[in-house]
Amino acid sequence: MSQSVMFMIDGVQVEGRAGQSILEAAGEAGVYIPRLCYKEGLSPHGSCRVCTVMVNGRPMSACTSPISLGMIVENDSPRVAQLRRDLIEMLFVAGNHFCMFCEKSGDCELQALAYRFGITAPKYPYMFPKREVDASHPDIFIDRNRCILCGRCVRASKELDGKNVFQFVGRSAEKRIAVNGEALADTDAAVTDAAADACPVGAILKKGVGYVVPVGKREYDDKPIGSDIEAKRPAAGS
Amino acid sequence: MAEILEEAAIREICQAHDCNRARLLDIARAVHKKCGYISGHAMNLIADELSTHRVEVESLVSFYSFLSDKPRGRIVIRLCNDIIDQMNGAQLVGRAFSEELGIDFGRTASDGAITLEHTACIGMCDQAPAALINDVVVTNLSSDKAREIVRELRQHTDPQRLVKHLGDGNNAHELVNSMVQNNVRLPGPSIFSPVNRGEALRKALVMSPAEVIRAIKTARLRGRGGAGFPTGMKWEFARAAPGDRKFVFCNADEGEPGTFKDRAILTERADRVFAGMTIAGYAIGASEGILYLRGEYAYLRPFLEHVLQKRREDGLLGDDIFAAEREPAPPKPAGERDVHRRPGTAGRRPFSFDIRIQMGAGAYVCGEETALINSCEGMRGDPRNRPPFPAQEGFLGCPTVVNNVETLCCAAKILEEGPATFNQYGSEQSSGTKLLSISGDCRRPGIYEVSFGIELSEVLEMCGARDAIAVQVGGASGEMVAPDQYDRTICFDDLCTGGAIMVFGPGRNVLEIARSFMDFFVEESCGYCTPCRVGNVLLRERLEKILDAKGEPADLEYLEALCRTIKTGSRCGLGQTSANPVLTTLKNFRKVYEVMVQEDREGLKRSFDLQRAVAEAEELCGRESIHNHV
Repeated sequence: MSQSVMFMIDGVQVEGRAGQSILEAAGEAGVYIPRLCYKEGLSPHGSCRVCTVMVNGRPMSACTSPISLGMIVENDSPRVAQLRRDLIEMLFVAGNHFCMFCEKSGDCELQALAYRFGITAPKYPYMFPKREVDASHPDIFIDRNRCILCGRCVRASKELDGKNVFQFVGRSAEKRIAVNGEALADTDAAVTDAAADACPVGAILKKGVGYVVPVGKREYDDKPIGSDIEAKRPAAGS
Repeated sequence: MAEILEEAAIREICQAHDCNRARLLDIARAVHKKCGYISGHAMNLIADELSTHRVEVESLVSFYSFLSDKPRGRIVIRLCNDIIDQMNGAQLVGRAFSEELGIDFGRTASDGAITLEHTACIGMCDQAPAALINDVVVTNLSSDKAREIVRELRQHTDPQRLVKHLGDGNNAHELVNSMVQNNVRLPGPSIFSPVNRGEALRKALVMSPAEVIRAIKTARLRGRGGAGFPTGMKWEFARAAPGDRKFVFCNADEGEPGTFKDRAILTERADRVFAGMTIAGYAIGASEGILYLRGEYAYLRPFLEHVLQKRREDGLLGDDIFAAEREPAPPKPAGERDVHRRPGTAGRRPFSFDIRIQMGAGAYVCGEETALINSCEGMRGDPRNRPPFPAQEGFLGCPTVVNNVETLCCAAKILEEGPATFNQYGSEQSSGTKLLSISGDCRRPGIYEVSFGIELSEVLEMCGARDAIAVQVGGASGEMVAPDQYDRTICFDDLCTGGAIMVFGPGRNVLEIARSFMDFFVEESCGYCTPCRVGNVLLRERLEKILDAKGEPADLEYLEALCRTIKTGSRCGLGQTSANPVLTTLKNFRKVYEVMVQEDREGLKRSFDLQRAVAEAEELCGRESIHNHV
């Protein structure tokens, strides 16, 4: 058993273990810290910034910051919520996200976060970028219109599949996900890869199974994202 | 046949770098030089030799602006388009290049010989407009000169022959051979003082590493790159960090628009920089150093290699430094501590340290220390998550100190003359001197070594800019200061800066300037984190709306909120400061914004351009929208 580390989150004392990130330790205590690029089982990335919390007054990504004794974390506050709302809206306008005809709708973490934060329409102007679609592979397709550059596919392919199918290319607003070849069909990507299940949005999808689970019966259709984590929270007074 | 030869050459380049994945940037640069670009086929070959994946090579190539995956000319003209160059007529020069070559920017001439591009600040603001032609710097350009350059290049195809007059000092050295002028207008007591070669290092080596760090701390030396972190503390962290292998990095990726001091230091005081690195190595227990030289300063590389070689020959670098002066330790009884140390003859253990130069390839963000380390490992220059900090886990996972060129010079000077002499200058919180790179609307642009605590008004007086209407202190990521604040001082507690002072005279529009800085940040963001990748584009969009006279009063609050989000949310220093041009002009030049915005009336949204909104649809339909006929 690792050494116990006590810290505060939103005024509540939480016990974590040495080496844990703020996001992990909070999650075990039933405190949900919103996230997109983080996925359990993958190394943390710290790129979406949605998990930003104030640590002793300074902004830090909860997925990459280790807990330390006596640390004071601010997670559920108006200013942190505003920051997260802004980041989520940025991701919406930077891509081409049309939830109404996206087959990921209801299972999409970006959409679910927007609902959780009560975002009906972004305050930022849409950028309508021109992005490429790659449907060359028999079982998987990439629709970069919906890509939020979280890098979960990159890490899943490397860390879980032992492959190197995806990687970032370019920089600034031109940054995009590329594959190890001219097109996805040239790579050793397989539908059984963890990378095929890693995408939080509808950018990497499996072909032929889009509506196996009908709309209405999907992961976030009747409960907000993060509910599973919050269910672990001990009842008040217990 | 040509293909087979090229394939052999690419494989040879990889093998010359031991097929080391960590040298991918060097390999890519070499292949690029050999082939003119890096094709998909070349990426496959490199990946094969390095036992990595093609997409990893593509990832790196696509990151650096000096590398291309499309064919380019053997000669690439890169015209600097920073704000100072623009003010000095870069646009006219650009048009002349464009017309003479018969191509737009971003294109290669039809004969495939010459490519024309824009590039961010190349560190020549004091002699703008300037351009890079391959590795050769051409300065003080005009339309006529641009046309002449193209004609000449078409004749002899040798950029070096464009250099007709050599610059001052070592710019005229046969290994530099450059028309660049140092423009050191005010050499101060520290950086540009004469070098007593070997003296600083000799004095350091008779001290213990802990004593060296104490001297740096006593001098209260803080980083000169702009952030101002206490150098002694950084060295102490690295010294205390566990690990047998440690590194000293010199950050010579001087990319902040308006900064060019390191250019002159490297040209005139390279020995002092290398002494500083060696002293840092001794202090933290490192035997390896890397100077990360920005791609734009490639013209200095042969000269710097030469200085390093001379230091090796003179026993100032390499195995067992000052071996001749080191006497073997006298045998001492067990348990007795060596308290009587005589200078120069101490029974110290041999100290070895060597330095290599790592070339960058055109990426501002690599000046961020963790991005710089990634770049040296042959990766994209994405900054890293912190913690861990480089002093704990840096290059190849080893404790690494990254210091600015000027900081290392200061360190050498402190060891040379003692902390007390260094402390004579500056103030309590900001000791010593600071190099300023001054450019823009002033009579004497160039480099000035001043004491910390100097008032901005005095700086303006010095460089001949009494009529300045605005001064950008600290480069694009710094602060735009208004005339009623010229009594502010250059120091870590007030105007904290890496040294860039950009002067703007009557008639300049601070909004245009801010927009130019936003262009820069949009281009140079690594794109890793959301707020910087997306937010800067949004900031620029709204700034353009206001400049376009379509802005509303509410846009000012929108801008402020957006600036805050980018600043708070961004992962590294680039995004944490990229909103400064907008934030500080909003604060210090509010009126300029206010006269540009007005309420929309009668339910009209002036910013909405119906024609533009339907343009794409019209094209798709192949007919005009009926709104044109209403």
